[in-house]
Amino acid sequence: MKGGGIRRFMDNIRPHFEKGGKYQWLHSTYEAFDTFFSVPGTLTCKGSHIRDCLDLKRLMITVVFALLPCFVAACIHYGFFKVLSLYLVTFIVGLGLEFAFAQIRGKEVSEGFLVTGMIIPLIIPITTPLWMLALAVAFAVIIGKEAFGGTGMNIWNPALLARAFLFFGYPSHMTGNVWVPGAADAVSGATPLMQLDGGLETLRYSVSDLFWGNIPGSVGEGCTFAILLGAFILLVTGAANYRAMFSCVLGALTVGLIANLAAPSPESALAVPAWYHLLMGGFAFGAVFMVTDPVTGAQTNTGKWICGFLVGAIAIMIRLFSPAYPEGMMIAILLMNTFAPLIDHCVVASNINRRLARSKTV
Amino acid sequence: MSEHIRIKKGLDIPLTGEAQLYVAKRVTTGTMAFRTSDFRGLKAKAEVAEGDRVITGQPLFSDIRRPRVIFCSPACGEVTSVTRKEDGSVEEVRIVSDASKEHVSFEVRKPSAMDRSAIVDLLLKGGLWPCIRQRPFGIIADPERMPNSIFVSAFSSVPLAPDYDFALAGQLDDLQTGIDVLGRLTRGGIHLCLPVRNFAGTDFHKLKGVIQHSVYGPHPAGNVGVQINRISPINKGEVIWTVNLQHVAAIGRFFTNGYYDMRRLVAMTGPAALNPSYVECAPGMCLSDIEDHFDHWQGTLRIISGDVLTGSNVGREGFLRFYDDMITILQEGEGRESFGWIKPLRFNKFSFSHLYPAHLLGPHKFEMDTLVNGSVRAFVMNDIYGKVFPMDIYPVELFKAILAGDREKMEQLGIYEVVEEDVALCEYVCPSKIEIQEIVSKGIDLMMEEE
Repeated sequence: MKGGGIRRFMDNIRPHFEKGGKYQWLHSTYEAFDTFFSVPGTLTCKGSHIRDCLDLKRLMITVVFALLPCFVAACIHYGFFKVLSLYLVTFIVGLGLEFAFAQIRGKEVSEGFLVTGMIIPLIIPITTPLWMLALAVAFAVIIGKEAFGGTGMNIWNPALLARAFLFFGYPSHMTGNVWVPGAADAVSGATPLMQLDGGLETLRYSVSDLFWGNIPGSVGEGCTFAILLGAFILLVTGAANYRAMFSCVLGALTVGLIANLAAPSPESALAVPAWYHLLMGGFAFGAVFMVTDPVTGAQTNTGKWICGFLVGAIAIMIRLFSPAYPEGMMIAILLMNTFAPLIDHCVVASNINRRLARSKTV
Repeated sequence: MSEHIRIKKGLDIPLTGEAQLYVAKRVTTGTMAFRTSDFRGLKAKAEVAEGDRVITGQPLFSDIRRPRVIFCSPACGEVTSVTRKEDGSVEEVRIVSDASKEHVSFEVRKPSAMDRSAIVDLLLKGGLWPCIRQRPFGIIADPERMPNSIFVSAFSSVPLAPDYDFALAGQLDDLQTGIDVLGRLTRGGIHLCLPVRNFAGTDFHKLKGVIQHSVYGPHPAGNVGVQINRISPINKGEVIWTVNLQHVAAIGRFFTNGYYDMRRLVAMTGPAALNPSYVECAPGMCLSDIEDHFDHWQGTLRIISGDVLTGSNVGREGFLRFYDDMITILQEGEGRESFGWIKPLRFNKFSFSHLYPAHLLGPHKFEMDTLVNGSVRAFVMNDIYGKVFPMDIYPVELFKAILAGDREKMEQLGIYEVVEEDVALCEYVCPSKIEIQEIVSKGIDLMMEEE
């Protein structure tokens, strides 16, 4: 049996981690590794006697797989070791905190951080100092998630909170000129979104550059192709709900097309074809990996359509009409995370009203 | 009035061990037990004492709050024990049955010649009243109330469900009498839901005096709760009665022969059942009577009275519950699969989601065991429950309202329309391994406290 040795070892050391054992205080950590190595042996006792073989570990690992193309694209662009250092810092800080919190609360370690930790390095510029990243991850885990009760309870997408922390805390590192791949190390260039002000004319990057990620920007958001691969994995497996993803694209295209129609001149930023927006900046990454977050997004299907659409629409509006922020995806998603419960409330209220109306007519 | 209901959301769990259509055994003697826990919220007073001899149809215990509701012995024999709970109410009455045919007789007439109160009275005295359950809450119906209507599902869609066409073959007259009796109890009519899959093959559409509906779709299409939700959803203050088809036949037999006869065909099913087939028995049968159908080669077994989703793990010395018409035998999960969650293929495991590729194999049945297959977490994948819950209710919102103990919210979100069996599939697919039936059960208890 594969892993038989590990299994034996884990079973042998188990007594030390159980109540009364030497390392009882490390019980959550033991549990996390134990269930990492092999499926828990618990049997059903109440309710349904058989259970689906899907668990959260499988769900999270599938999302991690879907993020791998972006990771690989980032490694190709920026160099494996540069990207790896970001990942090392993220996971050491993030998982360390997750384990510590689980331990203090006497609960099991949740898998949520696998995905959060996979996303954070992909949505920040490669030039972010590592200490800043460490702070941002700590902020996201403590304030963004654990303060609300852990995975499943958080209001905002923790990965985006980490980015928001950097964005508002250290704006000079997050916007403006960033390191350009392929050029000599110290050279920096403007991101495509910063060139938007002069319309299509001033956009120096071709569609193929945008698609293959040959552009400056955050680590993982550049290569639209890799993101599409990820989207394919998410949709085929059903790990992410397609509704929010599609309606987000729809929202962006709608606003983009309206802007195209309203553009005063071809030099205006409004004149940039709507579909360019899908390729630029963090839009595609956000639409595929963050709008679809099952916890922080809307819970109801109708709510998903509405929320997704609004994220897309608001993101492009910020891009086009807000001089202060060239990119609107992060703010749009965080904003809709905030309002998702309200949208859900309205959707559910219509169900409640239907029920009330039904009882009155009878 | 007749409706065609198409259920899209749901899941037929592809479990092996469907019962073959033959009767392998008739159990007539042996130890039998009748437990008050088969009936939600029942507190019962014993009507017999240890050592008494009972005959078929004689009361064993009665409801303390509504003494007219009695529970009768389905066989003759001697009472060997009466177990009580801490508060003195009956927990279990056990008898050793013999093959004698004595029974308590009643004078019966054609249901059309009797008025409603006489029929109610006869059903109560005859011990058949517990067959009638009410929604909301799935408790024994209140004889003092008039239900809006009565729902009978002519098929079961649970995993490995018994085939009613086989189990009730040749009993069409009893069914018709039963329907006629029930028809006198309500002014709203009897809704009979037939499966589209076997619409032509079933005799049940010959039943008269019912409003027929056809239902198409996967489980829980056969659940009466889903059918009610589609046809005439329950509002606050309303009551709908439901009767299992096998019990309709029992009521019919009572009104034909004049005595309590609960014997029926029960399906013995499951991946760990040897020669899955049918057994003729009465409720209360000890499951050790069908021991030769347990596949001991498969290791430790779990013997369930009822289906895999809602049944009760009674053990091999356990007893068939009052409302169950099937027994499921499963293998207890053993061993711990290494890195199971990360293996890309894992073709031997079924998943409703497409996160495992087993669905690519096409229609394929699986031997499932009792492993939870994961660790308990908070609600995360909130869209999966709605995919197996075909009611106009937001399940996660309802579960959360119950967890919060918010009665008003529960009421608004539809607690009156569900019982545990309706959310059983939500529990099956839950990737966070939350015990959802337990949550709904708590919610119902909370609502019943208030009443």
